Amino acid sequence: MASSDVALLPDKGVRPLSLAGHVGFDSLPDQLVNKSIYQGFCFNILCIGETGIGKSTLMDTLFNTNFENFESSHFEPQVKLRAQTYDLQESNVRLRLTVVNTVGFGDQMNKQESYQPVVDYIDKQFESYLQEELKIKRSLHNYHDSRVHACLYFISPSGHSLKSLDLVTMKKLDSKVNIIPVIAKADTISKSELHKFKIKIMSELVSNGVQIYQFPLDDENVAKVNTTMNGHLPFAVVGSTEEVSVGNKMVKARQYPWGVVQVENENHCDFVKLREMLICVNMEDLREQTHTRHYELYRRCKLEEMGFKDTDPESKPVSLQETYEAKRQEFLVELQKREDEMRQMFVQRVKEKESELKDAERELQGRFEQLKRLHADEKAALEDKRRLLEEDQSSFSKRRAAAQLLQAQSLTANGKKDKDRKNSGFM
Amino acid sequence: MSDNILFQLQSHGKGQQKNLEGYVGFASLPNQVYRKSVKRGFEFTLMVVGESGLGKSTLINSLFLTDLYSAEYPGPSHRIKKTVQVEQSKVLIKEGGVQLLLTIVDTPGFGDAVDNSNCWQPIIDHIDSKFEDYLNSESRVNRRQMPDSRIHCCLYFIAPSGHGLKPLDIEFMKRLHEKVNVIPLIAKADTLTPEECQQFKKQIMREIQEHKIKIYEFPETDDEEENRLVKKIKDKLPLAVVGSNTITEANGKRVRGRQYPWGVAEVENSDHCDFTILRDMLIRTHMQDLKDVTNNVHYENYRSRKLAAVTYNGVDNNRAKGQLSTKSPLAQMEEERREHVSKMKKMEMEMEQVFEMKVKEKVQKLKDSEAELQRRHEQMKKNLEAQHRELEEKRRVFEDERANWEAMQRQEQQKMEASRTLEKNKKKGKIF
Repeated sequence: MASSDVALLPDKGVRPLSLAGHVGFDSLPDQLVNKSIYQGFCFNILCIGETGIGKSTLMDTLFNTNFENFESSHFEPQVKLRAQTYDLQESNVRLRLTVVNTVGFGDQMNKQESYQPVVDYIDKQFESYLQEELKIKRSLHNYHDSRVHACLYFISPSGHSLKSLDLVTMKKLDSKVNIIPVIAKADTISKSELHKFKIKIMSELVSNGVQIYQFPLDDENVAKVNTTMNGHLPFAVVGSTEEVSVGNKMVKARQYPWGVVQVENENHCDFVKLREMLICVNMEDLREQTHTRHYELYRRCKLEEMGFKDTDPESKPVSLQETYEAKRQEFLVELQKREDEMRQMFVQRVKEKESELKDAERELQGRFEQLKRLHADEKAALEDKRRLLEEDQSSFSKRRAAAQLLQAQSLTANGKKDKDRKNSGFM
Repeated sequence: MSDNILFQLQSHGKGQQKNLEGYVGFASLPNQVYRKSVKRGFEFTLMVVGESGLGKSTLINSLFLTDLYSAEYPGPSHRIKKTVQVEQSKVLIKEGGVQLLLTIVDTPGFGDAVDNSNCWQPIIDHIDSKFEDYLNSESRVNRRQMPDSRIHCCLYFIAPSGHGLKPLDIEFMKRLHEKVNVIPLIAKADTLTPEECQQFKKQIMREIQEHKIKIYEFPETDDEEENRLVKKIKDKLPLAVVGSNTITEANGKRVRGRQYPWGVAEVENSDHCDFTILRDMLIRTHMQDLKDVTNNVHYENYRSRKLAAVTYNGVDNNRAKGQLSTKSPLAQMEEERREHVSKMKKMEMEMEQVFEMKVKEKVQKLKDSEAELQRRHEQMKKNLEAQHRELEEKRRVFEDERANWEAMQRQEQQKMEASRTLEKNKKKGKIF
């Protein structure tokens, strides 16, 4: 994106000067255009609509190509998106076109979450661009922009009003992407019904606060045609890649028994208007709006979510570096805290375990003491017994000794007595 | 979320080539771009650097065919300052429906002092401050349309000495060639003859190559014709220019030129000087490219250096010396966080291991103590029991002995009693 995207406001200190001749900077737009042609253009279009409503056919018709199309079944369990990228060239202009189709939209019984995959896809592309933009070493001028530039919402040609699924989905998308609602299979509605239908749709969109894409009116060159076209929204389209002979020409058309619906006939449908507005006149504006409005909104929300601000609490402006530095400080502090916490936890465990072990040691010690005491007691008892025995033994020895003495004495006495008796017996 | 998205390759690679079978209409895209760019208007900032008196203001006036510098708004040589200043003038010019906001930055005082060391510093600071402003406004959360005041091109005026570059010239270009598109010009080329000019140019280019100075290069295009023109221009570098504020008559025409007694040096005559080449290149063909190179190369270099400093602030310098990360500082922090988490896990595991080991040791020691204790207790018990038994035995023996002796004593006693009774009875005459 060119860096000189600035509306030239009369600046203080800017002098207007007149030129004395042809300088040549009126070639600047050409220089810019040449660069763009050299680089090539890219455009990403998202088609949302029920299965079979004619999304792929319309794309084929719009871009006059046969894109690879898969007929989807009605039994997809979830809404999916299929994106395909093509390189097209018209005269010297190269276009890298990505067509994203919803698969299975509106087929589920519970459609409450149907819009989510679409929102996710759109956000993912924004995120991808944001990531590239935030990188230190980036190459934005080479970046393949995958952000969705236009969203064609296919409305069923019921002729009555929008379905609630339509309103819910568009409401979720209107701040994320340029929504261009189209009435599909418009060859099933008559002109009068169509008129009423369009009015009903637009009023329902307004009353529900859905912001659809308005063709820009700021450029005088195209303001007039854009204003007119804004009044024809939503475009009622018919798509066909088959050709039917009408008059002496082969035209893209749908052949019915009652007539031929010509795709490029403005009386039959608004296909030409859609092509004119979407591709020929406003393609560049759609890209610009995506970048300056929808992407900026996404970016702002994302950065605020991440904690970035433009001013600090004292309302002084904060530069990106300061924010990054502050975040980094925070981050480092947090890491340090975690480390400290972990260490702390370990210290705690060690302490606990140490005290446990100490308790066990003490218990063991206690038991040891107890056993020692038991021992001492038993030993003492044993000593008592021993002492008793010794006492008994000594008293017994004493008795024995005394008795022996006595015996010895009495023996001697008896011997004397006997002697005496013997002696006295002879008398 | 990615389950819901079926991609068919091609997001970053090429798309499938498809041929159109009829009119689509996107060939009008260039027109749409043209329209929008005219509506937006254009900006360009040009810096002129050189000693005073080299004709810088005159050249600017000649280039843009306007009195940018006049008596009312004098050029840098008339505003000599004591030190090098960096000043800018903004003018709005219109041509063919195209609006251009032109900012001319000049540097009065450059190279005019006696000591010119570091006279380039204010200029470098100015360029960096413009990059800084742009970076800040680009990095805001609430971005508005960003005015681009970055310097897109620097015309450096070389004095026409005819010999070679001065040391100041070389030093200046070396310091600025990676910050801004430098286009060196030989000033006041009407003081050199064509041969002298040729020699001078060759010498300058030699010196530029020798000092590896990267002056602005013209981009290659697919167009053969254009490439040929580019080659012709390259052969004439550096461009030798003449400027003039006056219009005089020459060969019956009114031309911008310098009137001498010997003739008129015409500014726009390609035989006289390279002015038209400069003008065509600077304004008519390469103005957009100068802006693109400033944006895609010089600014990006500044930005990545600035942000890398922020990211690596506080981290080991060894890491910072490696290649510049392609991630954003936030992604870098994310990665660091992940690294830290795994480092902590490892640390935790190690600490856990050491802890377990120590605990095991201690528990084992306790167990051993307990076992030892038990063993000793058993031993002592056995010991005591043995002593007990021994003592019992001794007692038994002793008791036996005593009992025996006492029995014997009783027997003796009985015997003695019996015999005494006999005696007594004998004495009593009872028994003959």
